[in-house]
Amino acid sequence: MYRSHVLVCGGTGCTSSNSTAIIEALEKEIEAKGLKDEVKVIKTGCFGLCALGPVMVVYPEGSFYSEVKVENIPEIVEEHLLKGRIVKHLLYEETTQTPDIKSINETNFYKKQKRVALRNCGVIDPENIEEYIAMDGYQALAKALTEMTPEDVINVVKDSGLRGRGGGGFPTGLKWSFTAKNSANQKYVVCNADEGDPGAFMDRSVLEGDPHCIVEAMTICGYATGATEGYIYVRAEYPIAVHRLEIAIKQAREYGLLGKDIFGSGFDFDLHIRLGAGAFVCGEETALMTSIEGNRGEPRPRPPYPAVKGLFAKPTTENNVETFANIPQIILRGAEYFNSMGTERSKGTKVFALGGKINNTGLVEIPMGTTLREIIEDIGGGIPNGKKFKAAQTGGPSGGCIPASLMDTEIDYDNLTAIGCMMGSGGLIVMDEDNCMVDIAKFFLDFTVDESCGKCTPCRIGTKRMMEILEKITNGKGTLEDLDELESLASYIKDNSLCGLGQTAPNPVLATLRFFRDEYVAHVVDKKCPAGVCKALLNFVIDEDKCKGCTLCARNCPVGAISGTVRNPHTIDSSKCIKCGVCVSNCKFKAISKK
Amino acid sequence: MLKKISKIPFKGTPEQEAQLKAVIEECKDDKSLLMHVMQQAQAIYGYLPIEVQKMIADGMDIPLEKVYGVSTFYAQFALSPKGEYNISVCLGTACYVKGAQSLIDKVTEILGIESGECTEDGKFSLEACRCIGACGLAPVLSINDEVYGKLTADQISGVLAKYQA
Repeated sequence: MYRSHVLVCGGTGCTSSNSTAIIEALEKEIEAKGLKDEVKVIKTGCFGLCALGPVMVVYPEGSFYSEVKVENIPEIVEEHLLKGRIVKHLLYEETTQTPDIKSINETNFYKKQKRVALRNCGVIDPENIEEYIAMDGYQALAKALTEMTPEDVINVVKDSGLRGRGGGGFPTGLKWSFTAKNSANQKYVVCNADEGDPGAFMDRSVLEGDPHCIVEAMTICGYATGATEGYIYVRAEYPIAVHRLEIAIKQAREYGLLGKDIFGSGFDFDLHIRLGAGAFVCGEETALMTSIEGNRGEPRPRPPYPAVKGLFAKPTTENNVETFANIPQIILRGAEYFNSMGTERSKGTKVFALGGKINNTGLVEIPMGTTLREIIEDIGGGIPNGKKFKAAQTGGPSGGCIPASLMDTEIDYDNLTAIGCMMGSGGLIVMDEDNCMVDIAKFFLDFTVDESCGKCTPCRIGTKRMMEILEKITNGKGTLEDLDELESLASYIKDNSLCGLGQTAPNPVLATLRFFRDEYVAHVVDKKCPAGVCKALLNFVIDEDKCKGCTLCARNCPVGAISGTVRNPHTIDSSKCIKCGVCVSNCKFKAISKK
Repeated sequence: MLKKISKIPFKGTPEQEAQLKAVIEECKDDKSLLMHVMQQAQAIYGYLPIEVQKMIADGMDIPLEKVYGVSTFYAQFALSPKGEYNISVCLGTACYVKGAQSLIDKVTEILGIESGECTEDGKFSLEACRCIGACGLAPVLSINDEVYGKLTADQISGVLAKYQA
C-alpha cells in the first residue's frame, strides 16, 4: 500500500510540454528522500486540461498542480510528499481561490463534466492491464460471454440509444444487428481511429489513456456480430496511442482475454493494428477498409454496405473509438444507465476537443443537451484577452459554425443538424472577433481540396472551383454573383459526390454564408475585411495624433509608399503600399494600424 | 495531392537493403501489408525513392504502378529526402486560428525554403502538417521529435538557432 499516489499526465499534449522529464525527476527525488515505498508515481493518459500542461495530481488530496516545471519537483517532493504541506503557489490558480483548497474534481472545468468514455483517462496507468481490471475492466466482456446471447448484447446496445460518435450519428445497435444478420465464413470488426478532423483529439486520448476499453469493446462487438477478427486503423501521427495499444493487445492475449476460447465460452477473437499514412479520406468507412487492404484509400460506392460486403469483401462492423469506449459501461451497467443521460434522441455523453480562442483548451465530456454557452463560458473559462466570442466551429471540414446568437442551443445530433451544423467527431474550435469567417471557410476548403482523393468529379473539381472563388473574394476581386455561384456549386457537390468527404465539403462555406453573409458582403462590396485578416483588403493608415514624424517608417518602407517631413505626421499612399507590415513593426509609437 | 519528386541520386547501402529484404520476407505472403512494408522502408531509408519502391514491388510481387499509386496517395510517404532537421508546422484548425501561418512564413523568411522543400546543405526541411493533437499548446511546430508550443513568429529565430550551430 502506498500512502500517496502522484498521477502525471502522459498524454500527447503534456508529453509535448515535457512531462516525461517531470516523471524522471519525481522518481529520482522520491528515491533520494527515501519515499519509494510510500509514494507511487503513475503515468496516466490525458486529464483533459491540456492548456495547463504538464499537469500532475497528488492523491488522496486531489491537489492539482499545473504547468509543472522540472525545477519545481524538489519543492513538491520535500514539502508535499515528505512533510504533507501542499505547495499552494504551484497549484492550478482556481483551486486556491477559496479558503479550502479545491480538489481537481471541484474545479469549473471538471464539475459539469460527466465522464463515461473518458472515465479511466487520467485515472489509471494505461500500460498496466491490472489497473484496468481493478476499474471493473473486462467485466462487461465476461458478462456478455457468460450470461448473454449475442442477441441480448445487441438489444442492450439498441436500447441504450447509443449513436455513432464518428460524426454520422447512426444507431450503433442497429448497425451491429445488420452484420449479425448476414452469415459468412468470416466477419470483421473494425475500429476507426483515423481521427483526421484537424483540431479533434478525443479518440487519441481514449487510446492513450484507456486502450484496454477499446480491446474489450471490440471483442464484445465481435461476439455480438459473429466476427472473430478485428482491425484497429490508427493514424500514424499518433505514436503514443499505437504504442499503448500494442501493449494492451499483448497483455490481453497473455491474460487470455484475446485469442482462443475467451472465458471458456468457446468464443475466439483477435486484434490487429494497421497504421494510416496521412489521408483524411480514410476516415470514411469504405475508404478505410480499402486502405487496410493495402490500397490507395479511395471510397467505394454504397450499397453494398459494409455489413454485407466490407473488409476483404466480408460482412464488417465499423465503429469509431469513442463509440466503442461507451460499450463496456453500457453492457455492465445496463441500457438505462446510459439512456438516462442526454436528450430525447441523443443519449449519453459526448466528448469535445475544445480548442482555438478559449482559456481552457482541452478535452471535455458532457451529457448531450448541454448548451454551447455552458461549454464555452463555464467549462471552457471564456475567451482569452477579453475578446468577444464570434463563433464555434464543429464537425471540422465537414461541419459548420454556431454563431453567438445561437449560443443557447442544446448540443445534440438533431439540434446541430437543424442549424446546418453537424456534431462531427467532436472538434469544437472557438473563434473570436479577430477571426475572419471567409478566411476560415477558405482554410477548410483548402483542406478538402488537398485531401480529396480524386475519384469522383464533383469533389475533385467542384471543391477546387469553390476554392478559386473564395480566393478571388479574399483578394478583393469578388462580386455579389460569386456568392450565388458558391451556393449553387455547393449544392451540386453535396448532391453528387461519392462519399461523405465530398458530400459535406461545402458545409463550412454554406454555414459561414448563412450566419456571416455580411462579412462576405463586406469583402465583396466594400472591399474590406472587418476582422483585419485578409491582407489584400487591408489598408495601413497612420494616426496623425500619434505620429511624431520620426521618419523611421518612411526609411524602412521597401516600396517608398510613405511620405512626410521630419517632425510632421507621415502618410501612406495605399496605391503603392504592398501591405508587408514592416512599418507597423518598426513604429515605436504604435501610430500605424490596419483598417 | 501534388508531391515533389527528388532529383537527388539514390544512395542506399547494402545494410539498408538487407533490412528491407528482411521486412519484405516477413510480409510477402499477405499483400494487404503493403503499406506496412512501405512504412518500414521509409523508416529505413528516410524516404521512398523509385529504387526502393521497385524493390518493394519485386519483393511483394505487386505491380510497381500500384506501389507508386499508394506512395503518392498518402501524405506521409515522402518521395524526396528530408533534412537532418525536419521542421513540421501544424496547420490544424486550432493552430491555424492562433496564427500558425505566420510561423511558416517566418521559417520561410529565415531559411529560404517553402513547405515541402529542403535547404541546399540538407540541414533543414520544412513541411506543413495536419493536427498533431497538441491543440492545448497551439500554435505548435516540431523539429524532428521535439515539440515547441505556444509560439509566436518572433520566437522562431531563437528556436532555429539551437539547430543552426
